[in-house]
Amino acid sequence: MKVKLTIDGKEIATSHGNTILMAARRAGIEIPTLCYHPRLPASGACRVCVVEIEGRAALGASCAIPVADDMVVQTRSPRVLEARKLAIELLLASGDHNCLTCQANGACGLQERAYELGIETLAFAVQSPGYPKDNSNKMIERDLNKCILCGRCVRACNDVQVNEVLHIGHRGGKAKIVTAFDRSYGDSQCVFCGECVALCPTGALTEAGAKFQGRPWDLKKVRTTCAYCGTGCQLDLNVHKGRVVKVTSDYHHGVPNFGSLCTKGRFAYDFIHHADRLTTPLIREKGALREVGWDEALERVAGQFSEIKAKHGPHALAVLASARCTNEENYLLQKFTRGVLGTNNIDHCARL
Amino acid sequence: MTNSIAEIEGAKAILVTGSNTTEMHPVLSTYVKRAVRQRDAKLILVDPRRIALQRHATKWLRPKPGTDVAWINGLMHVILEEGLHDEAYIRERTEGFDTVREVVKAYTPTAVEQITGIPAHDLVAAARLFGQAERAAVLYAMGITQHTTGTDNVKSLANLTLLTGNVGVPNAGLNPLRGQNNVQGACDMGALPNVYSGYQQVADPAARERMAQGWQLDGLPDTPGRTLTEITEAALAGEIRALYIVGENPMLSDPDLTHLEKALRKLDLLVVQDIFHTETAQVAHVVLPGASFAEKDGTFTNTERRVQRVRQAVAPPGDARADWEIISELSTRMGYEMAYESPAQIMDEIAAVTPSYGGISYARIERHGLQWPCPSPDHPGTTFLHKGQFARGRGLFHAIEYQAPPEVPDKEYPLYLSTGRVLYHWHTGSMTRRSAGMVDRVSECEMEISAADAARFSIADGAPVRVRSRRGEIQAKAKITNRAVEGTIFIPFHFAESAVNVLTHGQRDPVAKIPGIKVCAVHVEAA
Ligand code: SF4
Ligand code: SF4
Ligand code: SF4
Repeated sequence: MKVKLTIDGKEIATSHGNTILMAARRAGIEIPTLCYHPRLPASGACRVCVVEIEGRAALGASCAIPVADDMVVQTRSPRVLEARKLAIELLLASGDHNCLTCQANGACGLQERAYELGIETLAFAVQSPGYPKDNSNKMIERDLNKCILCGRCVRACNDVQVNEVLHIGHRGGKAKIVTAFDRSYGDSQCVFCGECVALCPTGALTEAGAKFQGRPWDLKKVRTTCAYCGTGCQLDLNVHKGRVVKVTSDYHHGVPNFGSLCTKGRFAYDFIHHADRLTTPLIREKGALREVGWDEALERVAGQFSEIKAKHGPHALAVLASARCTNEENYLLQKFTRGVLGTNNIDHCARL
Repeated sequence: MTNSIAEIEGAKAILVTGSNTTEMHPVLSTYVKRAVRQRDAKLILVDPRRIALQRHATKWLRPKPGTDVAWINGLMHVILEEGLHDEAYIRERTEGFDTVREVVKAYTPTAVEQITGIPAHDLVAAARLFGQAERAAVLYAMGITQHTTGTDNVKSLANLTLLTGNVGVPNAGLNPLRGQNNVQGACDMGALPNVYSGYQQVADPAARERMAQGWQLDGLPDTPGRTLTEITEAALAGEIRALYIVGENPMLSDPDLTHLEKALRKLDLLVVQDIFHTETAQVAHVVLPGASFAEKDGTFTNTERRVQRVRQAVAPPGDARADWEIISELSTRMGYEMAYESPAQIMDEIAAVTPSYGGISYARIERHGLQWPCPSPDHPGTTFLHKGQFARGRGLFHAIEYQAPPEVPDKEYPLYLSTGRVLYHWHTGSMTRRSAGMVDRVSECEMEISAADAARFSIADGAPVRVRSRRGEIQAKAKITNRAVEGTIFIPFHFAESAVNVLTHGQRDPVAKIPGIKVCAVHVEAA
């Protein structure tokens, strides 16, 4: 049985158990959110997605209220817009939201909501908590002065990655996102999966290595498959000026990882542009390796393979393929080994 | 994997063994952890080390290294004893059950305790958790396969899943977790001595004929080739004279390194194609610069058989080239033209000659990957294997007896050494050790040792140590941790300066030819 309700004058039939937010979105009605993310259990903390429900005195968080038959919902009434604006204005005053210098500028939920609501000036005096930045490691930079206490990082860490490192702590009556004993990330049990960074809507949690490497609108995303373990997570290489400057992942891609990554997939990409990369073929002469062109290198290899084959037979040749290379490359290697070299001496190193 | 990663979240019981899942397959491990935390699944962890997953385990069994067949037989003993096996499934879908029933009779919980050190009551409790679960999944990795009895270990786990009717159904199955990103694909593509792509036997005349036709090549060799170990031996004997190594660094990852180096140095021609000047490249005659995954197009196949796209994001540095281009060029120069324009074209050829990849094309996997078997362009791919029927008809039980590992601790070498990986590094470290965030977390080789063993051998936390086996000696830094259990130390193999595979032995599993890297006996002292 479908549930029937009215949102902004539009009659909607939706599945039982859906929230107002889900029903609205499916019907093409956009309700702004901040602490909500489809990957996370709803918390209703930020009050940005509030709506007016006929017969109820208080506004309700649409991300947390399930639909019911005959509900009549207003998502853009003056009262709703006023409440949303107030919620954002309070958040803007709660910390050091200096977009000019923020790495999240242009990709920040708070900034976007403020813009949509037409907030031009600050309504309240800024009272930044004055926390020191957490620069304890080279992967995640944490500036809690930009934290709006939406709790997305906490749910990301506990409900998605189940690393159980973060929680909302209270100190002196003031809520703060903390690790055990309020340690820095580097000194905590954090395993640097970066799920909290990925789901933080502001500049409170950012990728340290991506700082000053490109603005969000500069980055070209190329979807690919992680080169580390066999889980095969789908990720986006963020490219700027011919360099990979950041790695992200899209929840909406779905299997196998629904936007989750681990520390290697998300942060171990420096090797791509490392100065140690081999950039030219080398041939050993009198003990030392000499730089040569492709022509010379390939002639040498082809010539010597043929020579050895002629002299000692094809089974004097062997090939080790690679679990790191692509399917296409492994396929070509076996074809080359069996068809061209003439032997089945092919294997790869790690057999699992 | 017989089943898919996302299915793990729906399992009622999960047995994890020989897999430090949170560090080796971190995102996959989130499915396990969520199943336990959010869906009340029971987690049975069987591992000598107190790995991070232990925090989530309903039951943790801690066997002596190398005793896997014994505890698996023990679980089956209890399951049969208590009638928790799936009789209808065994009758309708399997064969060979009676021999297994006979063999496991002797593996009573007390007998198993003697071999493995697992308390009898814990074994019974674990067997009940597994046997009573409506859908139970087994996850395992190299901690099971890298033994001289690796094949036996896997067959035993297969027995356990057949006995309880957990193969060919969703949210269950026998699931090897592939270590490297594309081991699955390398095997699928025939980078093995005995099979072409799609596991078609080179010794089978029909398969040979098919490939010869597809490739327009005559006289394909009909005898299986040599495995990696055999290649090493043959090189030492002067029978193999040229070796072409693409994208691997056996000089760090292989057991018994001293032996391997001798073999490589004996070759007339060693060609190494890689992205870095690895330990192996350093002994090569010719080094060819390849492209990293970010610099080329292609596909990887993940551990759940999903073929997914790899896309070029940046240009290769300097004169480096995509490996498929290098191989093609080399082949052309040797008289067989490979004139592929793109990896997409290579995939079309793969699909044409490989039945299980028959329906795979770049157009179809543009957005989402496909899981093989995917035999035709309209086939949706296969989420889990053996649905309704096994590939061979019936699922075959194998009666397996426990055999003691070839090397166990003695007076001179009193500790077990177990090797593996750490979260922040990968394989031989050539990529992660050049990534600042990883190096910042773990920059050197740490030997994990229990407080009790550290006291016994007078080793201080953080102090340098010398570790010696019958084959060699290395230095590392001691880390006293409760992850290690008494009697076993752990050393990761990512670090060239503490190449742990100097210590391990090359003795192989007779079938899979996987070295018994996981268990050997060592001596430890302060350096
Ligand atoms: S990086 Fe991962 S483990 Fe660390 S706090 Fe964030 S979500 Fe938790
Ligand atoms: S750190 Fe980010 S995700 Fe966490 S509560 Fe603050 S703003 Fe929200
Ligand atoms: S991101 Fe981590 S878990 Fe995912 S494939 Fe890469 S290494 Fe594996």
